[in-house]
Amino acid sequence: MLGLRKELACQEIVELITDYLEDSLPRSQRRRFEAHLAACENCTEYLNQMQATIAATGRLREEDLTPEMREEFGDIFRRWHSEQDRST
Amino acid sequence: MELVSRHQASLLRLARTHVSSGALAEEVAQDTWLAVLCGLDGFAERSTFRTWLLQILVNRARSTGVREHRSVAIGDAGPAVDASRFDASGAWMSPPQHWVEDSDDRLAAQTLAVPIRTALDQLPPRQREVVLLRDVDGLSGQEVCEVLEISEANQRVLLHRGRSRLRQAIETELAGT
Repeated sequence: MLGLRKELACQEIVELITDYLEDSLPRSQRRRFEAHLAACENCTEYLNQMQATIAATGRLREEDLTPEMREEFGDIFRRWHSEQDRST
Repeated sequence: MELVSRHQASLLRLARTHVSSGALAEEVAQDTWLAVLCGLDGFAERSTFRTWLLQILVNRARSTGVREHRSVAIGDAGPAVDASRFDASGAWMSPPQHWVEDSDDRLAAQTLAVPIRTALDQLPPRQREVVLLRDVDGLSGQEVCEVLEISEANQRVLLHRGRSRLRQAIETELAGT
């Protein structure tokens, strides 16, 4: 049973990374996780890579609307506004 | 208009997870805005505007029925890192190569955007949804659970699988150069 072992293996660490980053590990497991990281360069690198991956994904944000879509939605809003005006 | 611009990209990305074409995604997004415009009075501050908007979109995209979402499994059972990279004791045999500093430069040059986008497109739909909402749109875990109506545990599993695959995609990309 992996769960009963005192020390976590690297292979278990990579599966717990997200729970660790989400701060959802039980306290005792969090301690074991951090103890492993302190002694393991490879898993520390892996954690850094996961954080770099999250940051990299976050930079995909810049996606502009196409001009056609702006126009299309502009129409919808103008229609809505004129209906609002009429109903008040 | 500003309101639309601010949210449109998120809506299209999320819609695209459920429907098979960009045109359909636009239809679902437009439908969502119409629903918002017609029902704006019904918005009772019970959630943020964005969460509410995304919920409407998810419901519409799902009921569009182009892809029956509920039948999709929670996520593949594959490991975060291929088992062949560990020895019998579970220690790294083929450890991760250093690339974090390198990725900064590549990101600045935008050369990683394409492989990341490609990897995102290849994720199972439910993983893609969660990664998009969390890491691209910046929603909190709780907001994602609300929008997608999934448990916190499921949210974490989907996020974990998705992020792990993206990390692998970046590693593969950087190793190839």
